[in-house]
Amino acid sequence: MSAIREIKRRIKLIKNIQHVTGAMKMVASAKLRRAQSRLYAARPYAQKIVELVGRLALAPEAQSLPLLASREVKKKAYVLIAGDRGLAGAYNSHLIHLAEQCLRREEQPVALVVAGRKGWQYFRRRSVEILKSYAEIGDEPDLSLARELARQLMAIFLEGQVDEVNLVYARFHSALRYDPLVERLLPIQAPSLEGSDSLDYLYEPGPMAVLETILPRYCEIRVYQALLEAKASEHGARMIAMESATKNSSEMIEQLTLSYNKARQNAITTELLEVATGAEALKDQG
Amino acid sequence: MGTLRLEVFTPQRRVFCAAVASVIAPGLEGYLGILPRHAPLLAVLKAGVVYCRDAEGKTERLAVSGGILEAGPVKVIILADEAELAGEIDVERARRAKERAEKRLRERPAGLDLARAEAALQRSLARLKAARAI
Repeated sequence: MSAIREIKRRIKLIKNIQHVTGAMKMVASAKLRRAQSRLYAARPYAQKIVELVGRLALAPEAQSLPLLASREVKKKAYVLIAGDRGLAGAYNSHLIHLAEQCLRREEQPVALVVAGRKGWQYFRRRSVEILKSYAEIGDEPDLSLARELARQLMAIFLEGQVDEVNLVYARFHSALRYDPLVERLLPIQAPSLEGSDSLDYLYEPGPMAVLETILPRYCEIRVYQALLEAKASEHGARMIAMESATKNSSEMIEQLTLSYNKARQNAITTELLEVATGAEALKDQG
Repeated sequence: MGTLRLEVFTPQRRVFCAAVASVIAPGLEGYLGILPRHAPLLAVLKAGVVYCRDAEGKTERLAVSGGILEAGPVKVIILADEAELAGEIDVERARRAKERAEKRLRERPAGLDLARAEAALQRSLARLKAARAI
C-alpha cells in the first residue's frame, strides 16, 4: 500500500512542477516577443548610423579622434552581457565559458565589465579584475541603461585605463538559436560599406563636429543592440528550456502512472487471492 | 516643387515618416530650412522643435533633443536621441522638468552637473514649445 501512496505523491509533485515550468514558458515567450519587437524597432536607427560612421570614419583626419584611434594594446577589457537569472538552459554557462576563454587567451592584462547578475556571481569570486558591474539588466533593457554603460566604457577607454573594449554577448537568431560571440566595441572600427555612394556632403557645423556627435551615439546604439540581442536570446533559451522541462515531466508522469496502475493491480490481485484462499479453506472445513 | 520624405528615428522606434514639402530643424548654430532637392547635408542638431509642412500647408511639430540630420534631394532623415510628436508630449511632465532644471540652475547645489542641467532645461523647453504650451 505504501508504495502506491508514494507513487501517487510523486505524480502530484511532478504535476506541480509541470505547472510552474509551463507558466514560466508562457512568460518567457511573451517576454521574447516583446524583446524581439524592441530589437527590430532599434534596427533602422542603427543601420543608418552605421552607414554614416562607415562613410565618415574613412576620412584621414578622422583617425585622430580618440574614439577611433587604435593604440598599442596594453590592457584589454571584456564586457560580459549575461542573464540576470538562471533556468535558461545552458545560456549563462555558454557566455561565461566564452568570456573565460577570452580572458585566458590574452597575454596582456585583462579586466572585465559584467552586466547581468549571473556573470557577476560567477566572476566576483575569481581572480579577475572587475572594472564595473551592473547586477541587473532587467527583462527589458532600456536605453538609459545602455547609454550609461556605453558612457562608462567610453570613459575608461578615453582615460586610458584600457586600450581595447570588446563585447561578449549572444546574438539572437531565433528562439531556438543564439550565437555567443565576441565583438570589438572600442576603438571603433569603421564598418566597411559596399558600394557606398561617395556623395559630397555639406557639414553643419563641420565634418569633425558631425563625426564627434555621431561616434558616441554609435557606441551607445551598439551597446543597446547588444543588450537587446542578449535579452532576446535569454528569453528564447529560457522558453526552450522550460518547454523541454514540461515535456520531460509529462513523460515522467506517464511512466509513474503506469507503475502506479501496475502496483494497484498487484494489490488487487493479492487481495483477491487472499479472499479466494480464505473461502476455499472455509469450504474444506464445512 | 516635389516633396521630401521625412523620417525621424530614435534608437527605440520610428517616430515619424511622411511626405512633406519643407522641413525646419534646430541646427547647432541656428535653425535650418530644407526644401526638396537640397544638396547632401549632414548636420548636428540641438534640442529644439522640428517643423514640417505637408503639401496642403498643414504643419506638424516634433520635439527633438539633439541628434543628427541627413538631408538629400528627396529624403531627410533625422536620428534623434529622443523625439516626440507634438500630440504625444506630456505637457505636465515637461513643465515639471523645466521647473526642476530652472531651480537647479538658480540654486547651483554642490556637485551640480551644469551641462546636464542646461541640457535638461533645453529638452523641456523644446517639448513645451512643440506642444505650444509656452
